[in-house]
Amino acid sequence: MTAVLRLLLVGWWLQLKMRSRSAFDGILAIVYPLFFATSVLLMYRQGGSESALIGAAVGASVLGVWSAVATTASTSLQQERRLGTLELLVAAPTRFALLVVPMTLAMGTIGLYSLVATLLWGRFAFGIPISLGHPLVFALASVATAVGVSLMGFLLAVSAVRYRGAWALGTAFELPVWLVCGFLVPIAALPGWVRPISWVLPPTWGVAAIRHAAFGGSPWGDIALCLLLSVLYAVVGTWLSGRLVTSARTHATLALT
Amino acid sequence: MTSVRVFFIGGWTSYRALFGWLSPWILIPTFIIEPVFQILFFAYVGRDAGVGDDSFFLVGNAIQFASIPCLFAMGNTIGGERYAQTLGLLLVSPARRVPLFLGRALPVIVNGLLCSLIALGLGAAILRVSIPLDSLPLLALVVAVSSFACTGLGLVAAALALRVRETAVLSNLVMGVLLIFCGVNVALSALPGWMAAVGRVLPLTHGIEAARALVSGAAWSNVRGLVVDEAVIGLGYLVIGLAMLKWFEVESRRSASLDRA
Repeated sequence: MTAVLRLLLVGWWLQLKMRSRSAFDGILAIVYPLFFATSVLLMYRQGGSESALIGAAVGASVLGVWSAVATTASTSLQQERRLGTLELLVAAPTRFALLVVPMTLAMGTIGLYSLVATLLWGRFAFGIPISLGHPLVFALASVATAVGVSLMGFLLAVSAVRYRGAWALGTAFELPVWLVCGFLVPIAALPGWVRPISWVLPPTWGVAAIRHAAFGGSPWGDIALCLLLSVLYAVVGTWLSGRLVTSARTHATLALT
Repeated sequence: MTSVRVFFIGGWTSYRALFGWLSPWILIPTFIIEPVFQILFFAYVGRDAGVGDDSFFLVGNAIQFASIPCLFAMGNTIGGERYAQTLGLLLVSPARRVPLFLGRALPVIVNGLLCSLIALGLGAAILRVSIPLDSLPLLALVVAVSSFACTGLGLVAAALALRVRETAVLSNLVMGVLLIFCGVNVALSALPGWMAAVGRVLPLTHGIEAARALVSGAAWSNVRGLVVDEAVIGLGYLVIGLAMLKWFEVESRRSASLDRA
């Protein structure tokens, strides 16, 4: 158990250092959601409702958490393949999933930078007065959301390993998740058939928890659901990665796409 | 004749060779799913914020999406060649630069046009926005001119790619600027003055305004000026882009930095 935790921690730290220095994974992951957040905040400011603007500032801050993971997670194993390190990861005595999870956790951590950057952007560029109801619980809810998003990214990463255009898959998921998980628009405002999809996605509960922590209400149930779904995604991802690695070894297709 | 061949055949070959977009596995998520969801995202945000109507966000975002292939493809014109280690071979060739680079722009303009029109059609069907049928030819013309203008800006990005390694990051940043400043989701009249002023010298702004007017039933005579402005802005960026390409090419040769950028 200690060895697994050490592996996750060291892997996360190594990936975080590497990705933070990448213009695409690091800088763009923080700046890109700011463009969407700015557009959204301009819209709400035009709408004229102060409370809606504050709510939008909090919702917009979470956009970047998913942005930091969506495209990069889907391409992470392609990148390992391109660098010639995918075979080494598969051949390692450690379970393959334990080597991929730190990658997406690092992406989620960069997403947390983006969350903070967007909140500060709203405060200083738009003068939005955000007073968090429970700052510590807000931080906890944000971390739970980042974990949920990271493990969703983990499932995406292992699912896309056989897909040559994996980056396109990640890009295509970016905006639907923003919409379906109620980052800005309440889920109740979406068509009824969308809601069951929202319920099985961890960010839905993470965003709800963040809102509750910021504006009052109890976030604990939402945090618990977010983490529970995250564990479920981790289990499915681990099983799937095992199957894919076995298949790739059996058919000698690891290096092929 | 050689220049004509470089323009058409060279441009088409480059387009096919450099981009994997011809695969439906990439083309559909990138050029259909993403723009449609961008339209839906902003339409729902607009409803929640109580601003604009679905038609406003449909037209703004559908036309803004023409910029994606135009910016990324032109940026990749340089970045992709460098990645394939053919940039040096390309620039050492005796081919004239204007047909060489403009030939690469032509398929991209068509790509931007189709991408935008498909997004417009699908978005209109999902949001149940009715677009007057008689406005469609003019709407297609406006989108084509907007794609041309974005390709001009894309050529500037392509030139910068001779100096900047991360062309994808550069194109994303330019796209973000267009999203905010061009009246895509917030009308120019509702933007701060300095932002509106910046928007007026960027591609897309006049095209989006003209398209919105056409969808509202305006006649060609009412939007002709806007379309001309959009074309002139595109032409301006095209000239600047070609000049920058020339300058950076000379500089790259002088400082032997072509593959180091």
